[in-house]
Amino acid sequence: MLSKAKLWLGLALSTLMFWSAGLQAAWELNMPRGVTQMSRDTYGLHMTIFWWVVAIGVVVFGAMLWSIIHHRKSKGAKPATFHESTKVEIVWTLIPFLILIMMAIPATRVLTAAYDTGDSELDIQITGYQWRWEYTYMREDMNEEEVSFFSILSTSREEIDNSIEKSENYLLDVDRPMVIPTDTKVRFLMTSADVLHAWWVPDFAIKKDTIPGFINETWVIVEEPGVYRGQCAELCGMEHGFMPIVVHALPPEEYDAWYAEQQQAAAEIRELANAELSMEDAMAQGEQIYNQNCVACHQAGGVGMPPVFPAIAGSEKATGDRLVTMDTLVNGVDGTAMAAYGRQLNPIQLAAVITFVRNAFGNDTGDLVQPTEVNAYIQEGQ
Amino acid sequence: MSAAHDHHHGPAKGITRWLFTTNHKDIGSMYLWFSFAMFLLGGTFALVIRAELFQPGLQFVEPNFFNQMTTMHGLIMVFGAVMPAFVGLANWMIPLMIGAPDMALPRMNNWSFWILPFAFAMMVSTLFMEGGGPNFGWTFYAPLSTTYGPPSTTFFIFAVHILGASSIMGAINVIATILNMRAPGMTLMKMPLFVWTWLITAYLLIAVMPVLAGVVTMMLFDIHFGTAFFDAAGGGDPVLFQHLFWFFGHPEVYIMILPAFGIVSAIIPTFARKRLFGYDSMVYATASIAFLSFIVWAHHMFTVGMPLAGQLFFMYATMLIAVPTGVKVFNWVATMFRGSMTFETPMLFAIAFVVLFTIGGFTGVMLAITPVDFQYHDTYFVVAHFHYVLVPGAVFSLMAAAYYWLPKWTGYMYDETLGKLHFWLSFIGVNLLFFPQHFLGLAGMPRRIPDYALQFADFNWISSVGGFLFGFSQLILLFVIIKCIRGGKKATAQVWEGAQGLEWTVPSPAPYHTFETPPDPALIKAQ
Amino acid sequence: MKTDKAPAKNKTVVTKLLFAVVGMFAFGFALVPLYDVICDITGLNGKTNNLAVQAEAGEIIDETREITVQFIARENADMQWGFTPSATQVKVKPGEVNMISYKVTNTTDKVMVGQAIPSVAPNAAAGHLNKVECFCFEEQILQPGESADMPLRFFVDPALPSDINKLTLSYTLYDITAKSKTLKELATL
Repeated sequence: MLSKAKLWLGLALSTLMFWSAGLQAAWELNMPRGVTQMSRDTYGLHMTIFWWVVAIGVVVFGAMLWSIIHHRKSKGAKPATFHESTKVEIVWTLIPFLILIMMAIPATRVLTAAYDTGDSELDIQITGYQWRWEYTYMREDMNEEEVSFFSILSTSREEIDNSIEKSENYLLDVDRPMVIPTDTKVRFLMTSADVLHAWWVPDFAIKKDTIPGFINETWVIVEEPGVYRGQCAELCGMEHGFMPIVVHALPPEEYDAWYAEQQQAAAEIRELANAELSMEDAMAQGEQIYNQNCVACHQAGGVGMPPVFPAIAGSEKATGDRLVTMDTLVNGVDGTAMAAYGRQLNPIQLAAVITFVRNAFGNDTGDLVQPTEVNAYIQEGQ
Repeated sequence: MSAAHDHHHGPAKGITRWLFTTNHKDIGSMYLWFSFAMFLLGGTFALVIRAELFQPGLQFVEPNFFNQMTTMHGLIMVFGAVMPAFVGLANWMIPLMIGAPDMALPRMNNWSFWILPFAFAMMVSTLFMEGGGPNFGWTFYAPLSTTYGPPSTTFFIFAVHILGASSIMGAINVIATILNMRAPGMTLMKMPLFVWTWLITAYLLIAVMPVLAGVVTMMLFDIHFGTAFFDAAGGGDPVLFQHLFWFFGHPEVYIMILPAFGIVSAIIPTFARKRLFGYDSMVYATASIAFLSFIVWAHHMFTVGMPLAGQLFFMYATMLIAVPTGVKVFNWVATMFRGSMTFETPMLFAIAFVVLFTIGGFTGVMLAITPVDFQYHDTYFVVAHFHYVLVPGAVFSLMAAAYYWLPKWTGYMYDETLGKLHFWLSFIGVNLLFFPQHFLGLAGMPRRIPDYALQFADFNWISSVGGFLFGFSQLILLFVIIKCIRGGKKATAQVWEGAQGLEWTVPSPAPYHTFETPPDPALIKAQ
Repeated sequence: MKTDKAPAKNKTVVTKLLFAVVGMFAFGFALVPLYDVICDITGLNGKTNNLAVQAEAGEIIDETREITVQFIARENADMQWGFTPSATQVKVKPGEVNMISYKVTNTTDKVMVGQAIPSVAPNAAAGHLNKVECFCFEEQILQPGESADMPLRFFVDPALPSDINKLTLSYTLYDITAKSKTLKELATL
């Protein structure tokens, strides 16, 4: 017993040391309360069940510990001979059953509320891609400018590779967050363009799988403006750990302003697709797009990870006929992880990244591809 | 039958003894060694995972290789370590416990073992193939494992077919042995609980391993023959895959825990020197758990978007499992109550099993609550939950069994000091490893990620330290076993003062052939 | 004495168990159509009826309710065609037949086959969105640069649960050129 006591003491002391050493670090022990009615209900339910379980644990482990301390042979305990009692068995079948019923009642109530997706004021499509999210805001009619964009991890590869210090929101930052109004019922329509993903924001208590070919829905009313972060929660391949979710909840007026701005920006991009791109701009923008979309597979320096992910540096497809490069980017490569980017990037971005891969990593074609050329290629297939 | 020829002979010499043996003890030993080797291999993969997760950032492995490690760790531990270990114990102990001379189908027994190494050689070899091994998780959800799987997936499918065949043959053998080979006087309700739990487990295996074989066959067809069982493009449904998989997968979870219940129900009475409390209710509880395991599968899929009625049904059914499981735990505690306990290594592992398995059970009840499961699902909370029921649950029961029966197998007592050291290091290691993962999951860390946000850093390094402590402690077990085989204090036939049952009536080590004439019915007592 | 009878008894047990194994293997496959049946009844996966129905459309029109039906058109990640509905949403009365169309364009330089897979949210409404004419699960062959209008005539069943006032019909377009039966038939002609 003494040796065990020492062990426990040692364990307790070392635990204490760990804790004090990391006091400034986050020692988050519990689920967030969150910022929606649903998340608070979920938290409440979680705590109710937790305390039930603790109470049962105290009784069961207490009885066990008491027996271990008092009914040991070294203390001269003589074994009793009882070995069955139908009465006792019935009692400890019924009591847990009643406790479970008490747990089931609030659980049923909360779950039913989660299914009430009616009367939404704003609908947003969420589409999972390997490995980014697309958010498309539903319009009232086709003439309205559409707001639709990809949301991609913005943490740099240098941070992930430990070559520079990690930023505060390491792995939880994106280039363009989803923006929603507060105090508004927002309905999410979820699907996937490739494999399963799951869209999860803990502060909303929402987690739903996005399934290719099928549409799922859920909803949220966020009560406090703020920035809320989450991650993909269903294994979706190599970069599963690198597709975070960021949602900005803005007061409704600010949201309206943001939305109008996005519509205008969308219109401008269409205009700009007719403009000329300079080599410097193309390379700069291309590099940025490469680092967000391509670097996971094709790696820094375009060396790839052969044989699955081919190198870009010196590759035939990047240095040969520019139409081949364009075809690869726009249409993807069948039967490989190379997706069709023709509908995921706009013509300016495509022109920039095509120019980039044809002129970076020692590929010196000197080619400058223009958005108009890409646009024509997409429209006419040549 | 060959067993008839070499009556009264000892084992053959050399490698052929092991290749062609039909002796249940030899085959049992081979299963146990094989599973131990797989345990170390799967453990090594786990240490790769824990090393990568020791700190934020990518240090040691690429994300794709990390995914192969999580996948292989799961597959090897489930199919290579835990299941074969229980089959090994069944081979060794069931004939000894029911007074049978051998398993009912000795030659099939030999095949069912020997195809296993081939299955796992094939599975592990995929790691060296072009495109790498399976990287889609041990649950291999479509379409990640079909349309988007690596080329080696075909070999993975064949490996699953083979190990499934092995499990089915093993299960048939166990059922035939228990139904047909019991000594006179050994009625069903006098059988030790380990035999009972294995009988029920074997029926579960017969029911669900063919479904698993069906699922991987459908995958094979989707990949190579243009069918669309799981491919939305052809009118299939990826969610169907999950329904089929978990129809196998949930009973599979109980396949890995029911025999553990049997082991603990043998060890606790021995060291409490008191009969097991509520034997009948233990049998009924096991059967109820087995039945319920068939109607709760979709609780693994609460986030796929089932209709409300479906969610409620699976939530209620899942919560119900707590009732028979609770009965078991209460019975074990009642067995200890007013006993005369000593705390040798098997008992320490058995007590730790009851406590830590119950903690895993508690988180299981929490996970059953659908709306809260939306938060827990696919986070480290789930990882903590199922590792609590599988590691200090199933694996601790296996270690308890190894220490408990080692003297009967080898004829020598194991080193008690080293055994206790192994227990305490494992106990501390396993809790350090898995308890913080509850916090990580609640704070929002998804599972199966090779890198994580900074707020998860502290609990992750604690978990990794625990992982390495637990992992390396297992070398002590290896050492203890080898030491015990090579010699030590001679063991008596009875071995443990409070032990009951036919296996303790034969000498230690158990002779190559036992119960060639049925035991005296007077020796067969109610459990 | 018991062991003497064992081989014969073993044979019976093994035979029964092998039947069970084969039966369960078959059951695994039987679950596939069974799942579809259950989905049809419950709308489990939001998949709508595969075929256009010639139901008693327009016979009863519920003038008291107005349902918003939203239309989504998506391409799978490896599909390059253009795919857009003619309207993002329409307001309909239950029972009343409406029509919209989806425009699909092959923007590549290859002959390709596409197939659109429908899905409805909320899934409880899936069984209540009836299509009089549709292109679901139909193979669509398009020459390079070719466009087609795919019409959809539908009505919402008046039995739609009263708490649902908005439903979403989504089509995902897949490239099935490699698997297409139609294309293979054409090639053999």
